[in-house]
Amino acid sequence: MFRAALQLSVSGARSLTRSRPQYTASVAARSYSHGKQETDEEFDARWVTYFSKPDIDAWELRKGMNTLIGYDLVPEPKILEAALRACRRLNDLASAIRILEAVKDKSGPHKEIYPYVLQELQPTLNELGIPTPEELGIDKA
Amino acid sequence: MLASHALVRGLQSGFWRRVSTSSAAWATHTHNVDVVDYVPFVRNLSAEQKKLKEKEKGSWTQLTKEEKLALYRLTHELSYAEMRQGSKEWMTVLGGIFIFLGFTGLLVWWQHVYVYGDVPHTLSQESVAQQTQRMIDMRVNPVHGFSNKWDYEKEQWK
Repeated sequence: MFRAALQLSVSGARSLTRSRPQYTASVAARSYSHGKQETDEEFDARWVTYFSKPDIDAWELRKGMNTLIGYDLVPEPKILEAALRACRRLNDLASAIRILEAVKDKSGPHKEIYPYVLQELQPTLNELGIPTPEELGIDKA
Repeated sequence: MLASHALVRGLQSGFWRRVSTSSAAWATHTHNVDVVDYVPFVRNLSAEQKKLKEKEKGSWTQLTKEEKLALYRLTHELSYAEMRQGSKEWMTVLGGIFIFLGFTGLLVWWQHVYVYGDVPHTLSQESVAQQTQRMIDMRVNPVHGFSNKWDYEKEQWK
């Protein structure tokens, strides 16, 4: 989860996805004072399942993406891969490109996140033929 | 909106058909036009654009870069970069502030010249010196204050 990257100023986001932050046992999407906290893995799995629905419709894709972007985190590459494949099932290339733009936007000042995510997604991007915003020249206004 | 009505009714390509499962369809049935939740930027596609939409259903590796960009621009008016760019409006605002401050300054100057009379003579250098000497002679605040700072032996400020 890239939440840790937003809270710690550690360069090398890759290491953060493997090591758990020491200051808290689990990081939830919402902080409850009681009740079971969802772990990062559960969160990721839930979202991958959401986007992996074979007959997902356009509304669900938009709703899912908008909700995900609303959280205070940058989604894991595996969630994004599921979302990109959902775009493919919906024949929606524009949304796929938009998802990549949104990842860059969500990273904010942490400039190392976006290149890392692109690197992780490169096989999927090549397979599906999704261009990056940089390739299309829309990364600059 | 009438456009969403046409959207649900007439259009053939797969992308538009999926929109019909969304609230846009309900909007046309119930005539509640506030419910349309999402509208692509270009809604009335030309024949060429419709062909491109058909091509989108195939492998995206077959699309040229220009076609991919065109597809993006069909649904999105502005890219993220365009959306997030700032403007030069702050310069206008700051300039306006300075103009009004300057104008106020002019008013203040005019007031000073044409409205206010002279200050009292007791504020002149000479008068202030005489007042200060009187305060020293009177031992004003001799413990911690005014006269405390005057050295009575040397007859000067400490």
